[in-house]
Amino acid sequence: MISDGVEDEEKWLAAGITGLQQNAFYMHRALDSNNVRDALKYSAQMLSELRTSRLSPHKYYVLYMRAFDELRKLEMFFKETRCGCSIIDLYELVQHAGNILPRLYLLCTVGSVYIKSKEAPAKDVLKDLVEMCRGIQHPIRGLFLRSYLSQISKDKLPDIGSEYEGDADTVTDAVEFVLQNFIEMNKLWVRMQHQGPAREKERREKERSELRDLVGKNLHVLSQIEGVDLDMYRDTVLPRILEQVVNCKDELAQYYLMDCVIQVFPDEYHLQTLEILLSACPQLQPSVDIKTVLSRLMERLSNYAASSTEVLPEFLQVEAFGKLNNAIGKVIEAQVDMPIAGAVILYSSLLTFTLHVHPDRLDYVDQILGACVKKLSGKGKLDDSRATKQIVALLSAPLEKYKDIETALKLANYPRVMEHLDDGTNKVMAGVIIQSIMKNRTHISTVDKVEALFELIKGLIKDSDEKLHDEIDEEDFNEEQNSVACLIQMLYNDDPEEMLKIICTVRKYILTGGPKRLPFTVPPLIFNSLKLVRRLQSQEENAAGEEVAPTPKKIFQILNQTIEALSAVPVPELALRLYLQCAEAANDCDLEPVAYEFFTQAYILYEEEISDSRAQVTAIHLIIGTLQRMHVFGVENRDTLTHKATGYSAKLLKKPDQCRAVYACSHLFWVDDNDSIKDGERVLLCLKRALRIANAAQQMSNATRGSGGSVALFIEILNKYLYFFEKGNSEISVSAIQGLFELITTEMQSENMTPDPAADAFFASTLRYIQFQKQKGGALGEKYEPIKA
Amino acid sequence: MVLVLAIGDLHIPHRAPNLPPKFKSMLVPGKIQHIICTGNLCIKVIHDYLKSLCPSLHITRGEYDEDARYPETKTLTIGQFKLGLCHGHQVVPWGDLDSLAMLQRQLDVDILVSGHTHQFKAYKHEGGVVINPGSATGAYSSITYDVNPSFVLMDIDGLRVVVYVYELIDGEVKVDKIDFKKTATPATHSTH
Repeated sequence: MISDGVEDEEKWLAAGITGLQQNAFYMHRALDSNNVRDALKYSAQMLSELRTSRLSPHKYYVLYMRAFDELRKLEMFFKETRCGCSIIDLYELVQHAGNILPRLYLLCTVGSVYIKSKEAPAKDVLKDLVEMCRGIQHPIRGLFLRSYLSQISKDKLPDIGSEYEGDADTVTDAVEFVLQNFIEMNKLWVRMQHQGPAREKERREKERSELRDLVGKNLHVLSQIEGVDLDMYRDTVLPRILEQVVNCKDELAQYYLMDCVIQVFPDEYHLQTLEILLSACPQLQPSVDIKTVLSRLMERLSNYAASSTEVLPEFLQVEAFGKLNNAIGKVIEAQVDMPIAGAVILYSSLLTFTLHVHPDRLDYVDQILGACVKKLSGKGKLDDSRATKQIVALLSAPLEKYKDIETALKLANYPRVMEHLDDGTNKVMAGVIIQSIMKNRTHISTVDKVEALFELIKGLIKDSDEKLHDEIDEEDFNEEQNSVACLIQMLYNDDPEEMLKIICTVRKYILTGGPKRLPFTVPPLIFNSLKLVRRLQSQEENAAGEEVAPTPKKIFQILNQTIEALSAVPVPELALRLYLQCAEAANDCDLEPVAYEFFTQAYILYEEEISDSRAQVTAIHLIIGTLQRMHVFGVENRDTLTHKATGYSAKLLKKPDQCRAVYACSHLFWVDDNDSIKDGERVLLCLKRALRIANAAQQMSNATRGSGGSVALFIEILNKYLYFFEKGNSEISVSAIQGLFELITTEMQSENMTPDPAADAFFASTLRYIQFQKQKGGALGEKYEPIKA
Repeated sequence: MVLVLAIGDLHIPHRAPNLPPKFKSMLVPGKIQHIICTGNLCIKVIHDYLKSLCPSLHITRGEYDEDARYPETKTLTIGQFKLGLCHGHQVVPWGDLDSLAMLQRQLDVDILVSGHTHQFKAYKHEGGVVINPGSATGAYSSITYDVNPSFVLMDIDGLRVVVYVYELIDGEVKVDKIDFKKTATPATHSTH
């Protein structure tokens, strides 16, 4: 009848309160009439209510608080009037109470007044009281009684500087008193678990846990005693507490009290007594959650270290790292069943501690990681998500602290820990590493570091063997690969030789990435290399004679092979752009054969791989644009390439595209700042060809739609005529321009012409331009004069 | 008064990892009314970043842009000004002012903004303006050596536009300013 049990308890509590109130009422009446005997009699009866064994700790507490309030009033009475009795008499008198529990409560109450009266030394009264309380061995009743004793005595301890301090060293007595009360309370508390039937054990442990602060309060009182200096703490207080903690052999008490000790006493005490505190750890019950206790200790010490640099020498002096490291090792060794996550939490806390206290001791950091590797060895990849999370935290800590991946790269055990992460988390960690580099704008400057770094992030660089890839989210994948691309930008060394080695190393890694990754990783590598080429170009041949010295030629060979790898993807459009970039760089280095080779590769791709008409148009513009800028080619090579380019242009699918590409080709024969390339005749040929195509486009439009197409193409060609006319191409005559004008005007006025406001505006602005040039005067203005628009 | 950001040729992540932090701290949401971007961003993250600075975002396609939907050219009217936008790799010879001027006539715009050369330029030309905001990341270019990161802010107010150029030189942001008034009478041909 469990439900009845709860109801019954309520009833018992109510009855207890009623009884208590009734007697309190009579007690007050007696106090009002200064009747000490009656007052004692009723207060004893009132306190008898606390003798109940039927209430749970929670309910018992309610009753206790009521009694506590009444006792305060009684204490006030004793303090103020005492109705003629001496305090010594009173101390005797209360001992006449028939029952032991009321008797002890009254004794404590009067004892409190006794100490205050200073008619006897505080230490004697306290000693008397704490001894007498042994009379109650029932756990709950005993705990509350002693809690009462602790409560009324805490402001009357013969502490240093206290008014109750005696002649001789009475702090010891104060400490002794609190310690004894603590020890007794802990014993009662531990014993509580054995009271009652075994099947209610779980509920009882919960109730017991609720009472823990009654016990812990004593430790708090101890920490408040002024006289407890470091010596006394180290020699008396801590050993006595730990002795009790270890000896009680109770999991709940041990965990709570260890934590309590760590939280209530000052940091500098912990630091100076680390060895004593830590030596207790392996002696605790195996089931105690020691990792949390130790983590909290290290957390406190880390914060202490972070609070001021002045305290750091203390840490070194006591060799805090060594002691903690040692303790953790022992705990992990002793607790065979500790889950991996637990061990990693410990290492993680120690690492945080180390980063705070010994930021310069990279060897300590590596040592911790090494210990972690040892714990993980033989476990393969972890599938425990808690442990995984802890490892990510462990590995992220040095990155956050040093803000510099180069430091992390020096940690030999770092990659070994990382290997134990599952593929997904490994990638996440690699991402964290890259982000750290990007955020801190760290340049990775040697080939060794690059190698170490790429080993670390290899989860992003290539597919792991066992994993199927259809499950990977495309957006995530792109993001990952873009981050790798960004990373490649951060690899830099001023020394060209080292830089070339870096490029070769990166190339080695990214070529293992497979077709999905190459389009992301090849371009940054190409541009990184082209930057190096440009640096060498300005240095000229000063390193001549050295076999190993990097030359643009050597780099171009590597680039050629790297771009070739893209053919496996395939991404011909991207490859074509990169070939053209290289061609232009080779041009700047005066390497004609190399530039020609890159152009050839680009042309082959154009012919064989690029079939989409829109892609062809863009590719043609890039080819013409690049070729126009090339000055390295001799006549023969140049002719071959320009011939091809015009050929491609004329073969585009759409007539307007053909026309535009062909008139763009005119620039291949006329380069402003190059007198050897000023072939007016071939410029004109291009423009005439463009005109023919425009005409054909017009006719085609007439035939298929019954109306003329836009005259825009004609106006564009007209503008090109004007362009070369201005540049002094003698092949472009005024009459040809005039002819074009007439053609356009006729077309625009033709009946079956579709209105095209854009073309009209273009034509108008072209006319305005001619007007503008005329007005400007000078040689150009004169030149324009004969044109009648 | 309307603020227009002209920016382009970021080439992230092919040639640069990110915008310079100094630029990033200058470009904050809520200040700019329009962004015109000449292209070569190259990835979506950058598109989203620009969009976060200002929802009115106009982009033309650079030859390395991942997003194939950007148009080759674009025109828009802001206040009294008609603006034209084009990446510029289509205009041969690259960066040639006279060829760009032809495009300006073709699009019939007062201000033509193009990129590709990675070199900041602003010309008053035939009564209009031709602007190249350069590369916002200072990306490698086969055309221009020693590229400094740069972008352009245009303050358009009635018939007047003030072009501010922000250039990052040796870690310091330098600002230059060019004033331009739109008039019926042709302006004198001058170069910056």
